[in-house]
Amino acid sequence: MNRRMLLAAPLGAAVLGGGAFYAMLRGLQSGKFDPRGVPSQLIDKPLPGFTLAGFGSADVLTAKRPVVINFFASWCVPCLDEAATLMALSRRGVPIWGIAYKDKALATANFLVRNGNPYQRVAHDDAGSVAIDWGVTGVPETYLIDAEGIVRWRFVGPLPDSALDGLSKLAGL
Amino acid sequence: MIAELGHFGLAIAIAFAIAQAILPLWGAHRGDARLMQSAPALAQGQAFALTVSFLCLIWVSVSDDFSVLNVAENSHTLKPLLYKITGAWGSHEGSILFWCLILAWCGAAVSLFGDNLPASLRARVIGVLALSACGFELFALLESDPFTRLWPPPENGQDMNPLLQDPGLAFHPPMLYAGYVGFAIPFAFAVAALLEGRMDAAWGRWVRPWTLGAWCCLTCGIALGSWWSYYVLGWGGFWFWDPVENASLLPWLTGTALLHCAIVVEKREALKIWTVLLAIGAFAFSLSGTFLVRSGILNSVHSFANDPARGVFILGLLALVIGGSLLLFMIRAPLLGASGVFAPVSREGALVLNNILLCSITAVVLTGTIYPLFADLLLHSKISVGPPFYAATVYPLAIPVFLAMAVGPLLSWKRTALLPALVKLWWVALVAVLVGIVCAFGMSALPALFMAAAAWMILGALADIIERIRLFRVPLATSVSRLIGLKLSTFGTTLGHAGLGITVAGIAGMSLATQEIVLVHPGQTVELAGYQWTLREMHDARGSNYNARVATISVMRDGHLITTLSPERRAFTTQQMTTTEAKIHTNLLRDLYAVLGEERDGAAVLRLHDNTMAPLIWLGALVMALGGLCSLLDRRLRVAVPKRAVAAMGVERA
Amino acid sequence: MRALLIIAALLFVTPLPVTPAWAISDPAEALPNAAQEARAVELGGQLRCLVCQNESIEDSGADLARDLRHIVRQHIAAGETDAQIIAWMVARYGDFVRLRPPFRLSTALLWASPLLALLLAGGLALGLRRRAAPPPPLSDAEQQRLAHLLEE
Repeated sequence: MNRRMLLAAPLGAAVLGGGAFYAMLRGLQSGKFDPRGVPSQLIDKPLPGFTLAGFGSADVLTAKRPVVINFFASWCVPCLDEAATLMALSRRGVPIWGIAYKDKALATANFLVRNGNPYQRVAHDDAGSVAIDWGVTGVPETYLIDAEGIVRWRFVGPLPDSALDGLSKLAGL
Repeated sequence: MIAELGHFGLAIAIAFAIAQAILPLWGAHRGDARLMQSAPALAQGQAFALTVSFLCLIWVSVSDDFSVLNVAENSHTLKPLLYKITGAWGSHEGSILFWCLILAWCGAAVSLFGDNLPASLRARVIGVLALSACGFELFALLESDPFTRLWPPPENGQDMNPLLQDPGLAFHPPMLYAGYVGFAIPFAFAVAALLEGRMDAAWGRWVRPWTLGAWCCLTCGIALGSWWSYYVLGWGGFWFWDPVENASLLPWLTGTALLHCAIVVEKREALKIWTVLLAIGAFAFSLSGTFLVRSGILNSVHSFANDPARGVFILGLLALVIGGSLLLFMIRAPLLGASGVFAPVSREGALVLNNILLCSITAVVLTGTIYPLFADLLLHSKISVGPPFYAATVYPLAIPVFLAMAVGPLLSWKRTALLPALVKLWWVALVAVLVGIVCAFGMSALPALFMAAAAWMILGALADIIERIRLFRVPLATSVSRLIGLKLSTFGTTLGHAGLGITVAGIAGMSLATQEIVLVHPGQTVELAGYQWTLREMHDARGSNYNARVATISVMRDGHLITTLSPERRAFTTQQMTTTEAKIHTNLLRDLYAVLGEERDGAAVLRLHDNTMAPLIWLGALVMALGGLCSLLDRRLRVAVPKRAVAAMGVERA
Repeated sequence: MRALLIIAALLFVTPLPVTPAWAISDPAEALPNAAQEARAVELGGQLRCLVCQNESIEDSGADLARDLRHIVRQHIAAGETDAQIIAWMVARYGDFVRLRPPFRLSTALLWASPLLALLLAGGLALGLRRRAAPPPPLSDAEQQRLAHLLEE
């Protein structure tokens, strides 16, 4: 009996492993499993304190309403993809404040002229240190801060149109 | 047309493989000699068809046929010829076809060199090989066909990743795949033994050469990969515990344990269950490695194109092959026959300890590699497992292995005492401790310990030979004649164990490596490790598909010119990527290593290394492989099945 | 077309411009104090480059890696301990940034794996061991024969 169990153990382990890998593959296909994604540490925590040319965390708190903060850059190709979506979002009345990551002021301004400016306010994080405080690893990344200044939601990558409804609701609209 | 021919070749190979899987296995089951005799011809047919197919793939690449999707994605008219040929196995589809090719050759090899095997065993081995080949060839045909057409064909291809455009590409994958796939043969032997319900000493002797061959190839393949990343990546690293590297280490560790176990089956008919499990395990790890790299699950520099759909197919294949063989193991293992009994302190006991330790290291490396995936899946927690983890867990497990390696060969079979063996090693222990103490002055504790272990391993291996020729205890002439009379496999053991010692010494020695990153103008000199490195000048150069910036650095010591290094920085036009080409000067005991970085206002960023004992790392692996080769050439391994002598007067045939 | 999609996917949130992963660092990055620089290199070797495939910030040429290297050196020069710097990084990027996984309940199995593996393999070895079967007990007739022989 004991021997039988020992002999069956490798098969058991293989079956468990196989099942788990299958679950991972399904997760990859559905998007639920992302080996490369870095989860945000800020969810349900107050937004990091910062002061930049353009606006600072104090301004977000004084606004006393939900604000969407979008990290972007003129040199970022996926940011072009989400430009239209952001414009649509701003037209719905959601306040979007942009932070230009490691960009030059002139290039940022040109980008906004070329692709439309969805941002009510724009800050310039030339050194990228504020982005690091937010745990940002690349652009674009979008965050929703609620009226109390708590980070509630984060999206990595160009914002898809399908996120518009959910985001508007979270923003209280 | 050639692409279609290649495609057709693949399809024909599958047909052969199906026949090769069904007929011989059925024949062995029924004892039908004619069906069993069909195995070699079918195996050779499959190998031929796949060879034609692969040659077609090389042809379309060399002839710049961009209507073939694989060529359009990976090649370019300006790509050098060497890489057009060797790039055939650089892409995902090409590498799968290459895998199938080697698997088919394995079957053909058993058919050609397996005349010494009894008919039923040979038929079963070839049949099981065909089953795996079937699966992979179907995968190649259905999910990753290298011969898919692209219409309209583009003017030119996208060129290959510049990192792969290196001579290392020519040798690393074939050697590595030969190792991975080569373990299919011991796997097939193990499954055949389970099917037959019998495993005896002769089986142990027959399986050994195939295991040795695969192990040698895998050792060389891993060493080549490590060396390749060392001189391509530009900062002297040679092992990163990257998931894909670990995926190659797992079959190697299991294969080493298998190698040792097979000896015990042969000599004492013991450890049969361990041997079967290890044989299945080694191939299972090879297969799983393939899966992990191509599925998108792994986060690695080596990962091929991520395609979960392909992953599901391969997972299914794995379920059949690994699940099937383990199920067979569970049911049939008890039938393998009585096992020889041995005392805990004996050579068998030492080999069991070897198994336990190697399997533990395997388990730890496996856990470290897949833990982040499981933590993410089950606990939704994202963690990383990197080199610091492996250093903390694998090194403590490796030390007992190093210690046991010198003692094991000195123990007798069945039952012996430990103390006499240890006493024979007194001088080895003394030298090892001295080495450790001396090194502790210049190195930190762990590398010094590893140097002592290396000395123990190398001298311990020599001690084995010295014992056998009874040096200093019999006249010198007698010792010499004993030395000449020693079997090749003894030298195999010595070289194998000493080789590992050399590698460990190299790894420990690298802790002494020094480096400098400097910004210098032409004419300036940098002092590093007692050498004077002077940047002489910078100039432009051109390759067929890249533009390069070359720096000339002369390295002097005490006024003598040691060498001139010309590292490059290459900008590839099509792929828009820049690579650095490090230049190395070696005297086999240390490497002088220079890399060129960016240039600023006429000055260049240089990264200079003095890599102490780095060459020993790969020399040690070479010595290990040489040891394997020695054992492989041992004539005793080619023992045949006894044939009943036929009477001199012709036997009348009906 | 597929090629364009693949390239687009690769650009998906990669911080551009991409410095190749094999680019060597800038000599100006190094701290003037050699001991502090050595500490920075060692600490950097324990921090993962978050936008690369499995490299440390010391080994990577990515922009983010360079920024993080700079931050590590700033904090070391300011006198912080290794633990403080790692905690700073973890507060922003989570445990993912540590190449040496933390000791937690969730990583208990991971860190216990060497011991567990030894126990498991050892147990397997013991469990699979065949002991020499004791000779079957003698039958009555054989017992009598034995007694008879011993008397002689």
